[in-house]
Amino acid sequence: MFDLRDLYLQVIVDHNKSPRNYGKLDPCDHEAEGFNPLCGDQLHVYLNVNADDIIEDVKFEGQGCAISTASASLMTQVLKGKSRAEFQKLFDAFHDMATSDISTSPDDEVLGKLTVLAGVREFPSRIKCATLCWHTLKSAIEDSRDVVKTE
Amino acid sequence: MAQLLKGCWCRTMGMNYDVSLIRNDFPILHQQVYGKPLVYLDNAATTQKPQIVIDAIGSYYEHDNANVHRGVHALSERATAAYEASREKLRVLLNAVSSKEIVFTRGTTESINLVASSWGGANVHAGDEVLITEMEHHSDIVPWQMLCERTGATLKVLPINDDGELCMDRLDSLLSERTKLVGVVHLSNALGTINPIHEIIDRAHAAGAKVLVDGAQALAHLQVDVQALDVDFYVTSAHKMYGPTGVGMLYAKEALLEAMPPYQGGGDMIAMVTFERSEYNALPYKFEAGTPNISGVIGFGAAIDYLNSTGVKHIAAHEQKLLAYATEQANAFNGLRQIGTAKEKATVLSFTIEGVHPHDLGTILDREGVAIRAGHHCAMPVMQHFRVPATARASFAAYNTVDEVDALFVALKKAQELFA
Repeated sequence: MFDLRDLYLQVIVDHNKSPRNYGKLDPCDHEAEGFNPLCGDQLHVYLNVNADDIIEDVKFEGQGCAISTASASLMTQVLKGKSRAEFQKLFDAFHDMATSDISTSPDDEVLGKLTVLAGVREFPSRIKCATLCWHTLKSAIEDSRDVVKTE
Repeated sequence: MAQLLKGCWCRTMGMNYDVSLIRNDFPILHQQVYGKPLVYLDNAATTQKPQIVIDAIGSYYEHDNANVHRGVHALSERATAAYEASREKLRVLLNAVSSKEIVFTRGTTESINLVASSWGGANVHAGDEVLITEMEHHSDIVPWQMLCERTGATLKVLPINDDGELCMDRLDSLLSERTKLVGVVHLSNALGTINPIHEIIDRAHAAGAKVLVDGAQALAHLQVDVQALDVDFYVTSAHKMYGPTGVGMLYAKEALLEAMPPYQGGGDMIAMVTFERSEYNALPYKFEAGTPNISGVIGFGAAIDYLNSTGVKHIAAHEQKLLAYATEQANAFNGLRQIGTAKEKATVLSFTIEGVHPHDLGTILDREGVAIRAGHHCAMPVMQHFRVPATARASFAAYNTVDEVDALFVALKKAQELFA
């Protein structure tokens, strides 16, 4: 049976305890806010994208559960130095992983260490916790000015 | 019924409350979740249903299904009689003067919206005030906000203290001749606080305001006498008192209901319709447009039978023991902060655990078979008061046991270890 440790891997517990790239990015040229009304998670992402369309820096702040905090922390680590196009590829691959059937292997090549979050597939009520930061970042990078809600 | 009453009476007399017999009445409890015995501690969200409620609904569909108040045939007469019998059971339960004062709705939320829309629309104007409290459920906040936006009235809020009790010393200064209505929760779903509604009603009446009491959580734990309280509006939901979802009730004094315009138009709420005008039906039908939730209302009646035969007093005493035991455990649990420590409390243990978000707690406990609620409990202002995004909440009912409280704390310990 799927064990709790398959969801709460040590990497996730660590990122929850000491989230990377946590705080405000000032100045920043893109930002957005995301909410999960179901559980009260709230997230703010900031990023700077340079003239070559490369994400130079990305930070986040807010409050959420271990899954949402670790997911945001891992996301910021992975996105630094990536292009917009690469972000979109990662976004799609992450979304596929979080919502796919447990028998489908995640795309290791694209996702790299983000695959530690594959366990959320077994916990339907927690998928939104893992994807909130990605949707929020998408809103920021596209300057859509929409507050992201997972409901 | 006599048989049932006799059986139930024996098992719940005074000290001899036999929880294992109570558990036998609830088929859903006898299952495993992820290989562990189900420990259902999410009763403030919804209670489980005893067999007699399930059977009442099944039996209605098997034998009596027909529309109410219109058929001349046997089935319709039986359905109508059962439907109206539930209304009478509620009248007796609440000690209302007349069953005309009992309106069936979809639940507490619809009942409050009905009052805000119908009574509020006719009686609340620009410059008036509606007073609610900081511990209200969103369903007793948003309808009043909407009313105030429509009319130009102002929404005022009676604050709570850090134990999760109303600041009663602030009540009189917030009441004035502008206050048209006071909305207050009887038993807080987020904190477990039992509010001094009698005193609030008296003081509100002295200021000339009407009072709506949100009893969504209350009737499974407390005895309510609407005449003794002199309450104007009392609302509740069946599903939090062992009845089905999707059905609830509005109690209102007959004179108020009489003067209120209809909430929705349609069938059953009219006496006569022409294209020029319609004449509305008598109370309470004026407020029950359309085919109602007949099976739900009949199930509601069966839930009241169950409460009566088991005895709310006995259930409440049992739950108080569980709550006292759980509170003692909580006090001794390292890193646990209780949210809601009022002197007058029932059924609810709301808390946070340092280093573990309530949402993670909910998932971890679930895998141990323990069902709790994690979140803001539709009371975001309460979360804001205590500066927490969410809490974990265990809430007890008639069928919970001391062993289940132990299972809760064993699971909490596991969660803490997982995050250590």
